[in-house]
Amino acid sequence: MAKRIDIKDLDIYYGDFKAVEGVNIAIEPKSVTAFIGPSGCGKSTVLRSINRMHEVIPGAYTDGEILLEGDNIYAPDVDPVNVRGTIGMVFQRPNPFPTMSIYDNVAAGLKLDRAKGKGKNLDDVVEKSLRGANLWEEVKDRLDRPGAGLSGGQQQRLCIARAIAVEPQVLLMDEPASALDPISTLAIEDLVHELKRNYTIVIVTHNMQQAARVSDTTAFFNLASIGQPGRLVESGPTETIFTSPVERATEDYISGRFG
Amino acid sequence: MSVMDKDDAEVLEGLSSQLAMRTLPRLGTLYSALIAAAITAVIVVVTPAAGIAGSLVIWYLMYMLVQTVWSFRVEGRRFAVDRLATTLVWTAFLIALTALVWILVSVTIRGLSAFSWDFLTGTMRNVSPLREGGGLAHALVGTLLQVGMAAVIAVPLSILVAIYLVEYGRGKLATFVTFFVDVMTGVPSIVAGLFIYTFWVLTFGFERSGFAASLALTILMIPVIVRSTEEMLKIVPNDLREASYALGVPKWKTIVRIVIPTAFGGIVTGVMLSIARVAGETAPLLLTTFLSQSMNPNLFTGAQASVPTFIWDQISSGTPASIDRAWAGALVLIIVVVMFYALARLVAKLTAPARQ
Repeated sequence: MAKRIDIKDLDIYYGDFKAVEGVNIAIEPKSVTAFIGPSGCGKSTVLRSINRMHEVIPGAYTDGEILLEGDNIYAPDVDPVNVRGTIGMVFQRPNPFPTMSIYDNVAAGLKLDRAKGKGKNLDDVVEKSLRGANLWEEVKDRLDRPGAGLSGGQQQRLCIARAIAVEPQVLLMDEPASALDPISTLAIEDLVHELKRNYTIVIVTHNMQQAARVSDTTAFFNLASIGQPGRLVESGPTETIFTSPVERATEDYISGRFG
Repeated sequence: MSVMDKDDAEVLEGLSSQLAMRTLPRLGTLYSALIAAAITAVIVVVTPAAGIAGSLVIWYLMYMLVQTVWSFRVEGRRFAVDRLATTLVWTAFLIALTALVWILVSVTIRGLSAFSWDFLTGTMRNVSPLREGGGLAHALVGTLLQVGMAAVIAVPLSILVAIYLVEYGRGKLATFVTFFVDVMTGVPSIVAGLFIYTFWVLTFGFERSGFAASLALTILMIPVIVRSTEEMLKIVPNDLREASYALGVPKWKTIVRIVIPTAFGGIVTGVMLSIARVAGETAPLLLTTFLSQSMNPNLFTGAQASVPTFIWDQISSGTPASIDRAWAGALVLIIVVVMFYALARLVAKLTAPARQ
């Protein structure tokens, strides 16, 4: 079910402002790719363009190709709604639906899309997804309680369960642990390790150790200078990037000597 | 800082530590009030100032002066300003509350003299203005029908407009719609009545009826509901919309299943408040359906009574019996509005998003 992604000559705009320029990267299936870089370098923007969430912002658009197993998700006849059903996303701040119970939160994707939920036993999907997100044991006795009543770390795992319940091919994670304490962070990182057996995972993180711990491939983004668009400086196996990067900027950033 | 600048020995005298500061006694507010009362007494005796109202104003000014000066001397500037501001805020609150309580108490006391079960079930048919008795069942039915029909038209229309403005509206059309909603907010109710009268009755030739009144009330309800719904939709976090999109849920379904349910409590409150507002309108009803002394349960033909026009009619008659009925009518109107409001609070509470 995991699929590969190839980003080709991707430029990303907010109205007239070019935020990201000339990104080329291949994202392997069943692996974890980490996007690192300073704030404002466009790594979250690139992530959001992979499931066409970028264009939700008025005036935002992209130029270039993103191929999901060879199919361009930006082809004119592609419906972004289908793209997002195939490429799931977990956000920086946990955002369970406040009006729904834990159960309904997990089942939301299937309940709101009848075609997808057709012929599926919702109870099984909910249990499987919650087990997949390492949350089942903690919430199995209170599935009817509101999802917003969980702790921050549990809410984030609930959001991951919600994302994997629709069985995406790819899972995008935008700083999924930055709002969490170290214990919840570890739980999320362990989960990422398990999830990569079934999914292609792209994770944006500000935490260098986290990138080193969870990812197979690391991509470093940076701004050429203030006001310039962000660009991909280099990418490669995480070990190489962290021990012997090609670019000077990468080494400076990773070793904490960044400007 | 001024406290800290003083000599250490002086600061520490009678205080627990360097961090502690001098304060007014616990009943400082009461003492200030008493001292102000004493000063007021002297002023009233010595000067020509007199009368209860005048004395109260003098006492109030003295109270603020005494407390502020005392606090300034002992506690310093920040606490003196805090006490002054607190006093002013409480004063504003009490003035507003006084008006509200005054209205409720006087309407209840005067309204109860003509209020009875018969008053709720009877009509004014064949009841002379000079006689006691009669009732407002016909008016109550009229108001419920007219306001109900207005709500049936205005609520879906307004909520759709608000959804358009918040979720879809970009550019010129949205600016236009917002502008016209703003203009509608400022339309006096009698103008709404006149508009329906010229448009519905004179131009299209329909007869004056309860339905024409409903149309006028609709015009008054729309801007209120659009505005409140807009505000409620705006405070739904964008995170939730994005979470829904990221699951592959289309935009319209995100709005219907995620955004509206999250904002539902607030939307209902706005709707109920708009209903409460138009339930008391008189002028547009006089233009569009006038008034009636008999029961007319048909919204579409003939004059139909309503509670506000009932009150207006009874006051116009001017006899002691009819003025009692007017007060009782006002009491009924307040009860109806309070019931709507209580219902709105209840619905809002039951549908509120689960708290952490």
